[in-house]
Amino acid sequence: MTATITRPVGPTALVEPLDEPAGLGAVKPRELIIVAESGDLERTWATTILASTAAAGEMKVSIFFTFWGLFALVRPEVRLTGTNWMQRMLAMMNRPGIDHAKLSKLNFAGMGPWMMKKLAKQYGVAEPRELLEMAQALGVRLIPCQMSMDMMGIRADQLIDGVEPAVGAAAALELMTSADASLFI
Amino acid sequence: MTVTSSITKIVDARGLSCPLPIVKTALAIRELASGEVIEVLATDPGSTKDFIAWSKATGHELVESTVDGNVFRYILRKK
Repeated sequence: MTATITRPVGPTALVEPLDEPAGLGAVKPRELIIVAESGDLERTWATTILASTAAAGEMKVSIFFTFWGLFALVRPEVRLTGTNWMQRMLAMMNRPGIDHAKLSKLNFAGMGPWMMKKLAKQYGVAEPRELLEMAQALGVRLIPCQMSMDMMGIRADQLIDGVEPAVGAAAALELMTSADASLFI
Repeated sequence: MTVTSSITKIVDARGLSCPLPIVKTALAIRELASGEVIEVLATDPGSTKDFIAWSKATGHELVESTVDGNVFRYILRKK
């Protein structure tokens, strides 16, 4: 006996093609948006772990990088960002690049992060940079905040490869309201 | 033909912590064709529940989940 599968017709079927990867029987893949506001090491870790895991679970994932979080997207070789003295001072005190994130507490002038990364290596935990690279390979969208880029004087060419064009708060809110889960980290 | 004899790819995630066993498997399974089988080795005790949840979320079938000493072995078939 052959079973007949009735598929929904109409707008739903048109918006989401049926061959799109989705969970068990689901038509629409689940969506996650993370607002990465903090540049702290432990929070950057949480963001990259959740984003890569969600993407591994075939969720559609976007990360909106704003304020201190934006510094995580700066290329490793860029030492200083900004054009005026205040922006440059900011980058001097808060070194850009995901590898230079500081702990929100127990930082001890870099001793804290050094110990955390040593422990991570010992226990087979990937560093935020590696997790971000894997997240990108799994299709996670990295979206910088235009306002943060302007205010901190960070140019698009100073950001890592694969980052999408910068957007504003309204576009970020649109992503948040249409997602199944949104996190502010 | 048994499932074990048809393994196309092996992911060695031994010594790696959450979420690497899952993330590395997801990256590897993308290169497989539908119906092909992948074997994952892990030592992370949390991975057992993770692979059950991941299989449920993605639809890739968890064919086998075994443990030998401290090594967990998962066989998954791409949907």
